[in-house]
Amino acid sequence: MGKKVALTGNEAAAHAIRQINPDVVAAFPITPSTPIPQNVAQFIADGEMDTELVTVESEHSAMSACVGAAAAGGRVMTATSANGYALMWEILYIASGSRLPIVMAVAARALSAPLNIHGDHSDIMGGRDTGWIQLIAENSQETYDNLIQAIKIAENKDVMTPALGAFDGFNISHAIEIWELEDDNKVKEFVGEYTPLYPLLNTKEPVTHGAWAPPDWYFEHKMNQLEGLLNAKDVVVKVGKEFGSAFGREYGLYEAYKMDDAEYVIVAMGSVCGTTKDVVDSLRENGVKAGLLKIRLFRPFPYKELADALSSAKAVAVLDRVSPAGAQGGALFTEIRSALYDANSRPPVINYTYGLGGRDTQPQHINSVYDKLKTIAETGKVDKQFDCLNLRGTWG
Amino acid sequence: MALLNELAKKKEGLVNGHRLCPGCTHSVIMRQVLAAADTDKYDIVVAAATGCFEVSSGLYPYTSWNIPWIHNAFENAASTISGVEAMYRLWKKKGRTDKDVRFIALASDGGTYDIGLQALSGAIERGHRFLYICNDNNAYQNTGNQRSSATPFGASTTTSPNGTVLQGKSQPKKDIMSVLEGHHMQYLAQASPSNWRDLMNKVKKALDVDGPTYLNVIEPCTTGWGFPQNKSIEIAQLAVDTCVWPLYEIEEGKVKINYKPKNKLPVEEYLKPQKRFAHLFKKGNEHLIEEFQKQTDRHWEWLLKREESGVSY
Repeated sequence: MGKKVALTGNEAAAHAIRQINPDVVAAFPITPSTPIPQNVAQFIADGEMDTELVTVESEHSAMSACVGAAAAGGRVMTATSANGYALMWEILYIASGSRLPIVMAVAARALSAPLNIHGDHSDIMGGRDTGWIQLIAENSQETYDNLIQAIKIAENKDVMTPALGAFDGFNISHAIEIWELEDDNKVKEFVGEYTPLYPLLNTKEPVTHGAWAPPDWYFEHKMNQLEGLLNAKDVVVKVGKEFGSAFGREYGLYEAYKMDDAEYVIVAMGSVCGTTKDVVDSLRENGVKAGLLKIRLFRPFPYKELADALSSAKAVAVLDRVSPAGAQGGALFTEIRSALYDANSRPPVINYTYGLGGRDTQPQHINSVYDKLKTIAETGKVDKQFDCLNLRGTWG
Repeated sequence: MALLNELAKKKEGLVNGHRLCPGCTHSVIMRQVLAAADTDKYDIVVAAATGCFEVSSGLYPYTSWNIPWIHNAFENAASTISGVEAMYRLWKKKGRTDKDVRFIALASDGGTYDIGLQALSGAIERGHRFLYICNDNNAYQNTGNQRSSATPFGASTTTSPNGTVLQGKSQPKKDIMSVLEGHHMQYLAQASPSNWRDLMNKVKKALDVDGPTYLNVIEPCTTGWGFPQNKSIEIAQLAVDTCVWPLYEIEEGKVKINYKPKNKLPVEEYLKPQKRFAHLFKKGNEHLIEEFQKQTDRHWEWLLKREESGVSY
């Protein structure tokens, strides 16, 4: 039986890693995910897991060693944040292009400059096209649950693609919440054994990993890779159901919170969804048809399912915890707006950037978004497609 | 060591059909390395950095490797082999293999002296059991002969060209052996394919060390250095006989020079046959050759003193 524990998001990630007991973890500390490798090192020192921990000298080497270890033939995990994730960038593509099912915990954080160690989604959104599966958690429970599921998703033979389980730096990584820690053996049974397809260490049947592909082959490789990534969508649903049967918490591609008849909808991901749910609850008490569409799987992006989930919406606001960086809107906004292009009803869609570098987002800010959506639905007019929440002064 | 006719019968780990330039010494060195490995006792797994040798031997859908081989990126051969070796330790610990497997990381000077130095330093410090071999061809040859920190003083490269004002690279070559020696690893050595028996002895010795080891090998490059394709080994020999490329090893801090030329040749003998040094022989540039000789002698005499002192770490 599982037990209720009061621990941080980082500890949730570390316990998931302990129970999965991967063959190799290669990691380099960076705020706010540092406690993950620290906890793993302590678990190993205390004999609670027997993973080979490679304490590399940089995140670039962390991901490089993960690639080597995964190709050698075994289960491999790591953890990082922000600039560390950015330093891995080159090798993130190599991990996915080499079809190595590495699983990484990311305590999502702002990127420099200016230097800022607090939570936002600049790292994972910047890396959205690295070919990794991206699962995003709202809280510690989901952080723990997602990492356990990510192993089965990534290692599925139709997928064979690395996966990251992200959660908001500080808001989740350092906040103590009560969550359910499952029984060690039950988790081990759930993830099962991993049998590598072409282990480098099988010296009897030598294989070449990482050959280069000229123009007459590269394209086919990348499209095969894409197929694996896209296959992850169905596998995420399948594994989410299996997880539900095993532990009583079922997961899908997204979470529709009070969405059945929702007219004013916020689309968001990460810890802000907790605040948004509270606001939705109080608006519902006052008869306002507010709803939240919480993204769980960002890559591959389930655009059709999300468009269907928005069918009752009269106005939609997408919250991005990242700067649009010169695009029409944030990363999630452009995806959602594009998904709605083929929908039967095309509600107006607006975009907010919020929470950059750990800026607080409170119920009053979320309330202002629903007020705006109500006005847009009533007047049919959008005066500002992009705005910021809790920024000094006004934007634009 | 086995006799040459016995070595010739050994199953090759690197087979023909690769796309290296005619006269390239990468394959020559690798065949010497794999011939030295005692493959009756253990298997070899190789991690290669991006570079000439990698692109020439692992072009999809072909491979020239008859042994397990992985390429990851330019700067991370050492961290890649760290991961492979960590997984091997885990396999051993859990009884998933009873094989003795030994690991070689392979890079050139670009991936070693420069972009890969951090990863190499980290992997050595962590104490992984692997032999790191740097095939030093004195520049970034895969991208067309750009200068590296291993490019010798005076050499003309595409980013340190000889011109009307400047005469090739103005800085001396980085002493990578001294840089790495600071890690206090058990064994590191410098070798040349011209002295193949010496090179093979060093490989054998290094592979038997239970920890990180390093081998710096001169890798004459016909295209980048500008000499005829049939002269590669002669050029390597001239580097050794001029003491531009001393053959030595450092075992637990103790220097041993493996070859002292009876007749130490002037550096001109090494420089003259190579186009990259042609401008040094123009009238008015005599001082550059003198400087090259000075740098060579200084290093050689320092090595002799180190050996004579007998100090170890």
